[in-house]
Amino acid sequence: MNRRKFLTGALGVAAGALAGRSLREIAWPSQSALAGTKLNVAAKSPFSTSEEVTPYNAVTHYNNFYEFGTGKEDPAKNATNFRTSPWSVKVSGLVDKPRTFSLEELQHLAPLEERIYRHRCVEAWSIVVPWVGYSFNALLKEVSPQSKAKFVAFESYYSPGQMPMGNYAGISFPYIEGLRLDEAMHPLALLCFGMYGETLPNQDGAPVRMVLPWKYGFKSIKSLAKIKLVEKKPETTWNLSSSSEYGFYSNVNPHVDHPRWTQAKERRLGEFFRRPTLMFNGYDQVASLYAGMDLKKNY
Amino acid sequence: MRKVLRSKWIKLPVFALCLIPLGQIAWRALHNDLTANPIEFITHQTGSWTLIFVIATLAVTPARRLLHLPELIRFRRMLGLFAFFYGLLHFSTWLGLDKFFDWEEMLHDVSKRPFITAGFTGFVLMIPLALTSTAGWIRRLGGKRWLVLHRLIYVTAVAGVVHYYWLVKSDVRKPLFYGALVALLLGLRVGFWLVARREKSAGRGLEPKLTTAESA
Repeated sequence: MNRRKFLTGALGVAAGALAGRSLREIAWPSQSALAGTKLNVAAKSPFSTSEEVTPYNAVTHYNNFYEFGTGKEDPAKNATNFRTSPWSVKVSGLVDKPRTFSLEELQHLAPLEERIYRHRCVEAWSIVVPWVGYSFNALLKEVSPQSKAKFVAFESYYSPGQMPMGNYAGISFPYIEGLRLDEAMHPLALLCFGMYGETLPNQDGAPVRMVLPWKYGFKSIKSLAKIKLVEKKPETTWNLSSSSEYGFYSNVNPHVDHPRWTQAKERRLGEFFRRPTLMFNGYDQVASLYAGMDLKKNY
Repeated sequence: MRKVLRSKWIKLPVFALCLIPLGQIAWRALHNDLTANPIEFITHQTGSWTLIFVIATLAVTPARRLLHLPELIRFRRMLGLFAFFYGLLHFSTWLGLDKFFDWEEMLHDVSKRPFITAGFTGFVLMIPLALTSTAGWIRRLGGKRWLVLHRLIYVTAVAGVVHYYWLVKSDVRKPLFYGALVALLLGLRVGFWLVARREKSAGRGLEPKLTTAESA
């Protein structure tokens, strides 16, 4: 080890120790009380990471939910009066048993599990969240997709009256997203009702959302209202807004940069140094879904 | 009003006022209130204030003329230097906190990311302006050449707006607002120039007008 390497190393360690620690204190001085209703979590999941969970206060006060404002702290302020009850989710399209589920029915289709997932935003920050839900494929089995169905289209709830900030977001609502059917069938794809053992806070996508840990955060649609099985690739909100920046797949991929920033690294909220971003956000078990595909083209 | 603007002590409160944004960041840091992503928060705050001070600096000349307050010139250097100061904080936050002196990645960013290229250009162009802001340098360069050099602030202002516009994902309200201000302030200069040219060709100089303004 030469002197320069030693010096930079030592400096880095010192600054990291100092800054990492104080930043954490600065960001989350005290944990605010949990506001949701306790959920009956039947099981822990083998899919869970053992990494340190991001504090609740950060996950609830640093949100991209443009219906409630484009600032990171806007949704926590503007979503407080959002009405999530009664709630229903309509499943239609190429299925044998189309059906509209009440939230209650949906929550009881399968036992709820806690899954601690890494969550990577396209903006190069990340969090670790203990979500509560079950594999989305349990819902798909309930409605029996037809053989012609190749894709799943998702749609968020949208109410201009309840979400007046949506007018200024610069993207069109209702928010729409989509997956290939085999992606949606993958057990990692989570239909999510809660986090930190409780129901979802409004700003995190209450009362029900998708969580797709190997994709950038915007693929995981919030406040889910409609699901449709379709034959052709559905349109997606951010792709419509800027197709060169946001592709249909949007798998976490450190080798494909966003045109405006590198995706090679990310900042885990609460940490000082950026950490390397992992292919598929570290969820290698999805790699076979994309075998033979050029992921530089299918970004 | 003009008496106050001319007074010896007025610069001190203006200076203190210009430090409020920095004080606000320090206050929030002391009260553990820098959001879940403190580095991003500091970057955004210092960036916004850089742009605001660039715009304030650009507003001095039109304001002097339109409000008949030539004394405002006394604050232009201070405002310009504060623009540079907040720009330096913004740049340092990126360099030291965000990238942690990862030179390779930063070079990559400057050359490959258009929004960073724009911001970096705007910042670098402020450096010669800050360095030559002293009376000594005005003398050394000569008033005319100094004025030409300091027109670089126009480029900085446009680069700053472009930097911000390219940064935001879809909500372009704020960058457009700053862009409109810059367009207005640059447009006014074009207007002044056209008026001056017409008056010149009509045989009247700009001088008498300024004199009347001053005695008004």
